[in-house]
Amino acid sequence: MAKIEETKIDAKIPAGPLAEKWNYYKSHQKLVNPANKRRLDVIVVGTGLAGASAAASLAELGFNVLNFCIQDSPRRAHSIAAQGGINAAKNYQNDGDSVYRLFYDTIKGGDYRAREANVHRLAEVSGNIIDQCVAQGVPFAREYGGLLDNRSFGGAQVSRTFYAKGQTGQQLLLGAYSALSRQIGQGKVKLYARYEMLDVVIIDGRARGIIARNLVTGKVERFFAHAVVIGTGGYGNTFFLSTNAMGSNGSAAVQIYKKGAYFSNPAYAQIHPTCIPVHGEYQSKLTLMSESLRNDGRIWVPKKKEDAEAIRAGKLKPTDLKEEDRDYYLERRYPAFGNLVPRDVASRAAKERCDAGFGVGNTGLAVYLDFSSAIERLGEDTIRARYGNLFQMYEKIVDDNPYKTPMMIYPAIHYTMGGIWVDYELQTSIKGLFCIGEANFSDHGANRLGASALMQGLADGYFVLPYTIQNYLSDQIQVPRMSTDLPEFDEAEKAVKDKIERIMKVQGDHSVDSIHRELGLVMWDFVGMGRNKAGLEIALEKIKQIREEFWTKVYVPGTTDGVNVELEKALRVADFIEIGELMARDALMREESCGGHFREEYQTPDGEALRNDEEFSFASCWKYNGEGQEPTLLKEALDYEFIQRQQRNYKA
Amino acid sequence: MEKTINVTLKVWRQAGPKAKGAFELYKLDNVSTDSSFLEMLDVLNEKLIKERKEPIVFDHDCREGICGMCSLYINGHPHGKDGETTTCQLHMRRFSDGETIVVEPWRSAAFPVIKDLMVDRSAYDKIIQAGGYVSVNTGGVPDGNAIPISKIKADEAMDAASCIGCGACAAACKNGSAMLFLAAKVSQLALLPQGRVEASARAKAMVAKMDELGFGNCTNTGACEAECPKAISISHIARLNREFLCAKFQD
Repeated sequence: MAKIEETKIDAKIPAGPLAEKWNYYKSHQKLVNPANKRRLDVIVVGTGLAGASAAASLAELGFNVLNFCIQDSPRRAHSIAAQGGINAAKNYQNDGDSVYRLFYDTIKGGDYRAREANVHRLAEVSGNIIDQCVAQGVPFAREYGGLLDNRSFGGAQVSRTFYAKGQTGQQLLLGAYSALSRQIGQGKVKLYARYEMLDVVIIDGRARGIIARNLVTGKVERFFAHAVVIGTGGYGNTFFLSTNAMGSNGSAAVQIYKKGAYFSNPAYAQIHPTCIPVHGEYQSKLTLMSESLRNDGRIWVPKKKEDAEAIRAGKLKPTDLKEEDRDYYLERRYPAFGNLVPRDVASRAAKERCDAGFGVGNTGLAVYLDFSSAIERLGEDTIRARYGNLFQMYEKIVDDNPYKTPMMIYPAIHYTMGGIWVDYELQTSIKGLFCIGEANFSDHGANRLGASALMQGLADGYFVLPYTIQNYLSDQIQVPRMSTDLPEFDEAEKAVKDKIERIMKVQGDHSVDSIHRELGLVMWDFVGMGRNKAGLEIALEKIKQIREEFWTKVYVPGTTDGVNVELEKALRVADFIEIGELMARDALMREESCGGHFREEYQTPDGEALRNDEEFSFASCWKYNGEGQEPTLLKEALDYEFIQRQQRNYKA
Repeated sequence: MEKTINVTLKVWRQAGPKAKGAFELYKLDNVSTDSSFLEMLDVLNEKLIKERKEPIVFDHDCREGICGMCSLYINGHPHGKDGETTTCQLHMRRFSDGETIVVEPWRSAAFPVIKDLMVDRSAYDKIIQAGGYVSVNTGGVPDGNAIPISKIKADEAMDAASCIGCGACAAACKNGSAMLFLAAKVSQLALLPQGRVEASARAKAMVAKMDELGFGNCTNTGACEAECPKAISISHIARLNREFLCAKFQD
């Protein structure tokens, strides 16, 4: 069992009533005056919604920003692939929304495992995000009268989701990218594209820079800054197959974890219910079908097992099945929310039906998402206008026309709620090191609601970090720019180069991908949708073997000079192995079910997640103790001052 | 149902920006027709790695047609000959058994080759940096509903904004012009009241930057529109020209 340390974790939450905490903080925090801002450098790693919005906003304020991304352009960050929308408590629809309700839905959606003060702040600034994006020229969907349109998303009974076709993430990211580009053009941000951070540099207990590899020349370089911000996204690709982009990785998080930043709630991974099912061995990734489809699509499987068997054998078509022979299981189990239950609930319900033998598709690991009644009600044109690009994407991949026959979907790893622990100021347990967006653990608890990732990324980058980082930087104004020849930089660079050399030297016979795939299967089988003690113990054992295999059998061709994609992948897989182990460890420790973390031993008689608030109302914080050592578990107690915890209920 | 085909790939290999490149032939058997083009390349790379050869370098990331990172000239067409498709969305069922497939990088003066099929597209970023934005800072903006925008204009702006910045338009153009890319951004922002304020200055600054970066002039042949994976219309180029001319008259 893990070592447990009873250190008090201080999240630095301001005192006072919930709704006034953020205002109070802003009114009393320390600021940096304009002349001093020019003398302070900030490194932002990542150019997704959080990274780009933070880099742009900090530069607008007057700080010198160095911004890094692994892709060829900041516009490629995986935020771009978010489809459905972004939540904001605008109440434009007059349907009863409010800041409090968005706060409440988010806390409840997260199964009471998020910090109240952070989530309330998120709801407070949500409206500003929409205003900001409109001002940037983001073409949100509009009504005929010219006002902004909304749709509804899972876990909410109001329509508070703003959207731009099925490409909301793209449009919001391009908005942030344009703001960032403006600052690059003006020389306030220096962009380093095709650079990968490989370590953080700590001097006298404070983050003072990074070591990064130029992915084109292969050169390992040093960068100084007064503060470092990590916005590198989540670690869903630990599972190999996920909806993340091929390059998405958790390496920056692992690097700072190894330097002393706590890794929080690693077990909380979100499995998205509506993805295109796995279909072949060669498959490189899974494709998401936006949750917005559940506004009009109805999810079902055959009511009779023999029908399901006939469908799997190709003897029966879904359109042949009569209405009374279909089981709309979400509508049946959760009449109040129906097809719009939160993601964790919808995913588990799909797994339950498939495990019970009612699944469809040739593997039996799929359920139907059916638009026939919506098309009947609204016409094909309306459905095309709402979801055209998603239907087209589905047809290209599956070669089936979803206007004529129901889509097949199955859950897949999509988002990680866990991540680097941060306090109220988004500062990690290392001074001067901040973490934003999906990379941190802060706002979604054990499960994230749809359309809330975009909200959190932009809230952190536009409206939270630009304030809180000043509270730190205000006492750094006397600190001159440091030379990157300092011994701390030498040491960090040497460690990075040694690691690269160690990988290159293995010269085994396993490709990086083959090891990654192996890890992914272990994760999916034992640390996926349903977890149990025995399985998690097997996972820990197997991951240990995979680590051994990696360091003795991996083969990376080529040299360290110039482009070497296999080397890039190998460095990331080495870190995924560390994360995978941490996820399994955290899942084993958490003897309860909550949100995306479902321990089969802990469920209600009707199969819902059974929390244990007595013992597990805390955020786990894992502290690194060195290679081969067990990490120490610290706990941040989650005190619910303002909300009464309940068992989540989406039935009535 | 899953089928398999055998293909021959004729792939451009180039060790570095200054190195001399050449085509190399690879035979690949039993390719699932359900796999995507890039998954087929993954399988080929796994094979090369097994043979202890260097895998083929190509850009890719989201693999769902939205990040714009994948490129490739496939049988003479950017992103292959399927309409409205990025390379990552192109599937092997579009090819026939025994076919020889020619795979090249973007060939355009402004997009130099880095290695094999990977090119440098930072010129597109530089065009955006020259003016592809609305000059507003974070905070202090009016309420999102303060300025009503007609649905028609908003939808048209959205169509222009669908550009993924992949570079297919410039790669398809025999003059290597970036007009469609540039026009999509100018048009999106000129259609919206928020972007209207700087519309002329924006057009002028972005066109000047495009010229400076070595992109050619518009040919008016429409190859860009035909090859654009997001079906961006060349009517946006007309709007760009209008903004550009207005700016010139004001000078």
